[in-house]
Amino acid sequence: MKELRLMKGNEAFAEAAIRAGTDAYFGYPITPQSEVIEYLMAQNPEERTGMAVLQAESEIAAINMIYGAAGCGKKAMTSSSSPGISLKQEGLSYIAGAELPCVVLNVVRGGPGLGTIQPSQSDYFQAVKGGGHGDYKLIVLAPATVQETVDFVKLAFDLAFKYRNPVMILSDGIIGQMMEKVELFEQIPRSDEEYDWATQGKKPGKDHTIITSLQLKPEEQEKVNLRLQAKYREVEKNEVLYESYNTEDADYLFVAFGSCGRITQKAMEMARKKGYKVGQIRPKTLYPFPVEVINKLSDQVKGILTVEMNAGQMVEDVRLAVDGKTPVEYFGRYGGMIPSPDEILNAFEQKFIGGK
Amino acid sequence: MNEEIIIAGFGGQGVLSMGQILCYGGVMQNKEVSWMPSYGPEMRGGTANCTAIISDEKISSPVLNTFDTAIVLNQPSMDKFEDAIKPGGMLIYEINGIIRKPKRDDIKIYSIAAYDESIKMKNTKIFNMIVIGGFLKVKPILDVENVVKGLEKVLPERYHHLIPLNKEAIHRGMDIIECEK
Repeated sequence: MKELRLMKGNEAFAEAAIRAGTDAYFGYPITPQSEVIEYLMAQNPEERTGMAVLQAESEIAAINMIYGAAGCGKKAMTSSSSPGISLKQEGLSYIAGAELPCVVLNVVRGGPGLGTIQPSQSDYFQAVKGGGHGDYKLIVLAPATVQETVDFVKLAFDLAFKYRNPVMILSDGIIGQMMEKVELFEQIPRSDEEYDWATQGKKPGKDHTIITSLQLKPEEQEKVNLRLQAKYREVEKNEVLYESYNTEDADYLFVAFGSCGRITQKAMEMARKKGYKVGQIRPKTLYPFPVEVINKLSDQVKGILTVEMNAGQMVEDVRLAVDGKTPVEYFGRYGGMIPSPDEILNAFEQKFIGGK
Repeated sequence: MNEEIIIAGFGGQGVLSMGQILCYGGVMQNKEVSWMPSYGPEMRGGTANCTAIISDEKISSPVLNTFDTAIVLNQPSMDKFEDAIKPGGMLIYEINGIIRKPKRDDIKIYSIAAYDESIKMKNTKIFNMIVIGGFLKVKPILDVENVVKGLEKVLPERYHHLIPLNKEAIHRGMDIIECEK
């Protein structure tokens, strides 16, 4: 029988990390994701699977430990919340530049600055547009449930190793703190696999491996950039994930991700009860963004409302996908405030129905 | 069945674990559940609360503004959540420390003297289980047996010898809850 548990999002992430056969977790506590490292420590994963769990002296130290572990071909991950993720950006840029795999969880809280510890989606831009310096992308997964948080840990490592690229799981204070039923996957053994890109000891007859993000000649750097861009096009072609609800007969479309996607779903159900044919797209990958389906639906619907717990970030990607074919409006709350389904329905009616 | 509950009181009254126990009871009865706590400074010194949703169907929003049932364990919680109860919904309050009675006349109102009862039972820690008992009496959405099974999941093993006492507390709560209107 499959194992069913009631778990907090953060605890479920940590349990999934152990079960995914992760080799190392390096992190530094911050609300609202401190349960990750608390749970990991309490589980004594070194005994369970041999996984290393270490509280680093800072976020910057943690991400550079990840850089090192990833360079050794190990499954390495870290987690933090917004201000801590900002500190990790330099390291993420280096890891992306050196083309190494890793998984990063961001349990987003309100900002800017130290902001608030309440849930937010205000790190959307930072997550999907690169975040650190240089032309690079993270693959970004946005779970809406505790179950998806668990499933995405496995998926994140698969994608990270498939493309040798950092993968971010963009969660938030709601999903991190809430408890839901989860079905956990079976323990995946830690792997001893050897990779030709990893520094796992020089083999006879083989050159030593160099991991670097430094190219002194611009011709060489451009080659790296071209390779990265080719990789991103592959990611965009192959890895888009989204969930669609009631889009077949929809006159209007809501677009919302993560926890906000669930709240918006309730608003969509309420709108349907009032007789408005509203459908919804919930992107599960924020990069690559579900451009094609939104573009296609914009031929069908009279308008699109994006709902976000920020001042309107994803709405820009929706507008790019729609390409002017239908009006795109935004509604959101920020600073740790959570929009209610009634507010969303109201905003929809004001902007599209009675909105004169 | 879709029951949306807010449970609120002072930190330390067992508010968060009440929600967890009900949700685990829901899991035992094959329901969909979600539990969302207040966290951080919101909890420190002020009111702690959690939203528990128990449903036959998949739960969309885990965060709500209105509720079918509010279980309030102090005056600030009553002040905060009385107006958030849906018309036709239900308010259950613990009488200790309540100086202003609820005003709504479009909801069902129940009171429970759980704290006094827990003193009679010589263990004030089971106070919250008495309240759960009262709730299950007036809203029998879960079997007591499943709630007790949920309790086994929430309580660390070293406290499992207290489960019979907790079960008794649930039954006491069922006996002493009073309908006000």
